[in-house]
Amino acid sequence: MSILETIEQGNEPEQGLKPRSELTARELLREVGAVLRMSEAEAAKLGDLPVDPSEDQTMIINMGPQHPSTHGVLRLMLELQGETVLRCKPIIGYLHTGMEKTGEQLTYLQGGTNVTRMDYLSPLNNELVFSLAVEKLLGIEDDIPERAVWMRMLLSELNRMSSHLLFMATNGMDLGAVSMMIYGWREREEVLRFFQKVTGLRMNHNFIRPGGLAADLPDGWRDDVLGLLAQIEPRLDEYDVLMTGQPIWRDRLQGVGVITAQEAIALGATGPILRGTGVPWDLRRDQPYLRYPELDFDVIVGSYGDAFDRYAIRLNEIRESMKLVRQILDRMPSGDYRIQNKKVTPPPRARIDESMEALIHHFKIFTEGFKVPEGEVYVAIESPRGEIGCYIASDGSPTPYRMHVRAPSFVNIQCLPHMMRGGLVADAVAVISSVDPVLGEVDR
Amino acid sequence: MADTTDVEQQSAPEPVTLHGCPLVVAFGQQVLFVPRDQYTKVVKALLADSYEMCADLTAVDYLQVPQRNVPVGVVAERFEVVVNLLSLKERRRIRVRVQVPESDPTIPTLFDMYPGSEAMEREVYDMFGIVFTDHPDLSRILMPEDWDGFPLRKDYEVGRIPVQFKGAPN
Repeated sequence: MSILETIEQGNEPEQGLKPRSELTARELLREVGAVLRMSEAEAAKLGDLPVDPSEDQTMIINMGPQHPSTHGVLRLMLELQGETVLRCKPIIGYLHTGMEKTGEQLTYLQGGTNVTRMDYLSPLNNELVFSLAVEKLLGIEDDIPERAVWMRMLLSELNRMSSHLLFMATNGMDLGAVSMMIYGWREREEVLRFFQKVTGLRMNHNFIRPGGLAADLPDGWRDDVLGLLAQIEPRLDEYDVLMTGQPIWRDRLQGVGVITAQEAIALGATGPILRGTGVPWDLRRDQPYLRYPELDFDVIVGSYGDAFDRYAIRLNEIRESMKLVRQILDRMPSGDYRIQNKKVTPPPRARIDESMEALIHHFKIFTEGFKVPEGEVYVAIESPRGEIGCYIASDGSPTPYRMHVRAPSFVNIQCLPHMMRGGLVADAVAVISSVDPVLGEVDR
Repeated sequence: MADTTDVEQQSAPEPVTLHGCPLVVAFGQQVLFVPRDQYTKVVKALLADSYEMCADLTAVDYLQVPQRNVPVGVVAERFEVVVNLLSLKERRRIRVRVQVPESDPTIPTLFDMYPGSEAMEREVYDMFGIVFTDHPDLSRILMPEDWDGFPLRKDYEVGRIPVQFKGAPN
């Protein structure tokens, strides 16, 4: 029976991992292939695990959705033989709230409040990619004032730091380095405190908007950033002492969850997972946006593609981001923080009191929104987790006809079955942690 | 692949094709309109052209915009599957747009070429009801498996819960 007929009869295919007894040999091969996200031919070549263990030797267990190390509500179905993971399938959707559908109801000005909640650990990067896509459709991407561009870079890099610092915390917690959890959260909170001062909120800022930013940087921001950098720098060296050089930490991570460059590319993995395999791919350098080509920074790559490489890459990317922030501080231009284009920019507050037209204009922009020309664009930037892309199809109205976000975690999570295959169930935690999925973004 | 660099320099009048399909440059991005029956063949050719990563795969339901800007020779259908391919070597992207009719919403899977498209195709199936033939595990991915309807279709209602105010008469 074809899948169409099955669906028409109201029998939707099951999502879960089926026991081996319910699968034919061909389906099992397909299943192994599907689970490994490899073609059937490739799956057949794998001879490293028992091909057909009897049913009483294996069991299928659920890990999650309520499990402290699954970073939210990720559910993994694992087929185990003793302590060894034979098959694994991530089951997602527990946080699905239809954000792409919501995005079609919101105007371009309101859209930022929606996308910022997807990857809640890097909200400013989400807003940035959405804004860049809208600006491309409007044809104003080259007219954004310099200060706005540099402010966007500053916030994006600080956000990368806060996201990676939280990774340090959760990775430590998952592997039993509980004190690391407290340190990581503490340092991240320092960055969030700065965000709060600038945007008014710790998270979900809706600060980067089509046309520029919501406000200028507050007084004393430079000292705050310098203080932040001075505070975090020695703490990173502490992390090295606490984790990087520790034999227990290394034993727990090295050689765990290995993935090759070829596999990572085939699976569409980006960010630290891809760089961990030795592929120097960073959109900030390879498909530059904003003013990144004018800055000096290194793309950190690993060589083994294991969980330790992914940890080390993130730790060093914090250092690279600090390097970038220092350069941005030196070069931050003065000027306007948003484009002065009547079409997308509301009039200044003072004008509203004296001009009826300004009041109407303000009212129209915030109630009706601004119209965006017909067309469709895909814009991608480098978020802390990999390539975050925004695809917008516009029909010329003030709301996107279709707004799709290419979420790096959603794609990266496909690597999990591959990384876990043949490993120990205890290492599953280390593998999930090293992929660093944000389930808000996976499920959207 | 020298022909695509020529494409960027050429101006609009002459219809440009790549692998026999119309190629359009919109907002500085390359967009290739591929007929459904040549989809697998063309994507295979693009893979050979060093587009080694499937960055994104999604769909759009053009129910409310039946007339839209498509090149001559392409018949606009209700659904459109949009695939963004990425070449790490050449550092460039190409977008493939495939028209999928409402009467027969099926399209071949890219799984054999890009295993990473697996979850994204499941998402498109889940949200739009477009069936990817020969997909190894086509089941709903975000919605529960017993869900009725396909939420991102334009004829699927946006759910609303009326706000209940204290003391308001019911």
